[in-house]
Amino acid sequence: MTVTADTPQQIAADEPTASRRFLDRVLKLRALAVLAVLLVMLAATQIYNSEFLSQQGVKDLLLNATILVLVAVGQAMVVITRNVDLSVGSVLGISAFAAGTYLHGGGNPLLAVLIAVGLGVLFGLLNGLLVSLGQVPALVVTLGTLYIIRGIDSIWVGSRQITANDLPASFVDFGHDGLSVIPYLALLTLAVLVAAGYYLRSYRGGRDLYALGSSPEAARLAGVPVRKRILTAYVVCGALAGLAGALYLARFGNVDSGTGNGYELTVVSAVVVGGVAFTGGSGTVYGAALGALLLTSINSVLPSIGVSSVWVLAIDGVLLLLAIAVDRIVALRVAGVLRKRAAQMRSAHHA
Amino acid sequence: MPETTKAPAPLARLGGAVRWDTAVGALLVVLLICSFSFVENFGNALNVSFLIGNTLPIALIALPMTMLVVSGEIDLSVGSTAGLSGAVMGALWNGGMAIETIIPICLLLGALCGLVNGLLVTRLGLPSLAVTIGTLAAYRGIAQIVLGADSVTDFPQQYLDFGAGRIDGTFIPYAAIPFAVLLLIAVLVLHATPVGRSLFAVGASEEAARFAGVRVRRLKLAMFVTTGLISSLTGVFWALHYASARYDNATGLELSVIAGVLLGGIDFDGGKGTLGGAIAGVFLLGAGQNVMSLLNVSAQSQIVVTGVLLVISVLAPRIGRQVSQARARRRSADKAPAALAAS
Repeated sequence: MTVTADTPQQIAADEPTASRRFLDRVLKLRALAVLAVLLVMLAATQIYNSEFLSQQGVKDLLLNATILVLVAVGQAMVVITRNVDLSVGSVLGISAFAAGTYLHGGGNPLLAVLIAVGLGVLFGLLNGLLVSLGQVPALVVTLGTLYIIRGIDSIWVGSRQITANDLPASFVDFGHDGLSVIPYLALLTLAVLVAAGYYLRSYRGGRDLYALGSSPEAARLAGVPVRKRILTAYVVCGALAGLAGALYLARFGNVDSGTGNGYELTVVSAVVVGGVAFTGGSGTVYGAALGALLLTSINSVLPSIGVSSVWVLAIDGVLLLLAIAVDRIVALRVAGVLRKRAAQMRSAHHA
Repeated sequence: MPETTKAPAPLARLGGAVRWDTAVGALLVVLLICSFSFVENFGNALNVSFLIGNTLPIALIALPMTMLVVSGEIDLSVGSTAGLSGAVMGALWNGGMAIETIIPICLLLGALCGLVNGLLVTRLGLPSLAVTIGTLAAYRGIAQIVLGADSVTDFPQQYLDFGAGRIDGTFIPYAAIPFAVLLLIAVLVLHATPVGRSLFAVGASEEAARFAGVRVRRLKLAMFVTTGLISSLTGVFWALHYASARYDNATGLELSVIAGVLLGGIDFDGGKGTLGGAIAGVFLLGAGQNVMSLLNVSAQSQIVVTGVLLVISVLAPRIGRQVSQARARRRSADKAPAALAAS
């Protein structure tokens, strides 16, 4: 009699950890799947075209990925809270031009990067305040700020453009050079990635972002400072978009009023392909970074196996659809398996 | 919210009486009257027909988009679907097919695009936002594969005339007539049929609608297919109106549609709004842009204005609601001690 009375509680206590562990394993598998696709693709391309993974090839691959990875990390933090920031492309464009103008006037490169980041923080603050205080859908608000920031950028820039000749040599070199095959930009991005990953994993503020995304109402009742956390996520996202703008300037040395136009879709695709769910509360920045790496690698792979670049956009879109569809199917399967297991356990206890 | 309905403050009563969509409609009328009186060249027939012709693609897609948003979903792939059907139209025309067969094929293709969106959303239970961001890229990409960098311009003259011309002696473009018919059908469907009531019910609470016997998934699927169909119709019209079929036709059109629909008071959370409001919102944006162009406001500043309007249109109703709720709370707090004292 005492045994049967104990079992329901025991099941209730065991079940969350068991399902959590199972889910963790699946999610890790998800990141591994993206990594596997990436590696297979790179290996196949290397076999087809032996020039692909030359020293310069690897360097280009990493350089192309850095900017998208940076923005994707910031975007992932926002998407984890069940919001989205569509204005990142516009922020990237305007901060790249701001840094370029400052450098053109003979400014200090380090200060130029800080200006870009500061501008990003400012716009992140604006987005965060509108979303958290106004309690309006993030999609609509950031769609509005996408327009506003792009418009301000276009008015300010006009038909001017910044070219590599306007920039100090040290800044341009920073955008190209590195430690053997690893560019400085990639090292910087890696540092940001690890810091963001550590914050999300081990700090209270980071855990709160997941709690918010899983259930905003429950998080609020549990005492999570909702507005503060959402604001933080948007500020970080804006700051990283600003930093990415500065790096864009260093990497390409060419900025005009159209820089970063339409970038938000690529960023959102990268984040979702990397396993950060649109419904919030799951995924990691490492996954988002892998997604970004995969998308930019496709862009490099296609030309080197002789496929026309007109295919890139369609492949990106199909990849995004595949990623969310597979996620969903796996989630449904997992839920089914867990239910069956719980039922089996219950019947076993009763027997 | 019974407290908010009997708000005694005059401002709040005004806020309760004037609905958002009525206000947008009134604003549109005021803007038109002011522009007719004070803006040079606004009132001539050519400019008005330009205004209507340029706003028609947005207004066309706004019809099914309103219904989708009312039912709590969204479709961001409409611009790409329009671009794809334009590109296919150009490619088939280059291939020597008759335009009478091409147009139905394009419309069928659009319905297929909508079907893909709808199946992914309703069968797999994916968020429509994520799905249609994916198909936004995919459909545009396919358009690029189909037509490459070509642009096709040599469509038959009578079709081009229909796309760009206006009825002799008036400011009304030919294409406005089919639009008016579609608008009438859409208004009737949304506001006067069980289907329309079901859409509102689904948007307000999907669960409750299902228990009330609404076939939620079938309804949503039908809405996505309709949206795809109308988007491809818009793509065909776009190619004829601007006499050019290119893969990047109608890029970013989804943003204009959503901006107009939201400005017209369609709640993004679903379950609220009227089609009249949405169309008024779309034409308010269109007329505003037209006036700004006539006043030599740069295209860039127009983008800023569009963005600010979009933010205000979602922020204002919510702030208003919060203010009235706070006032109602304060009033009931005031009443409570009085009631206690009386007893």
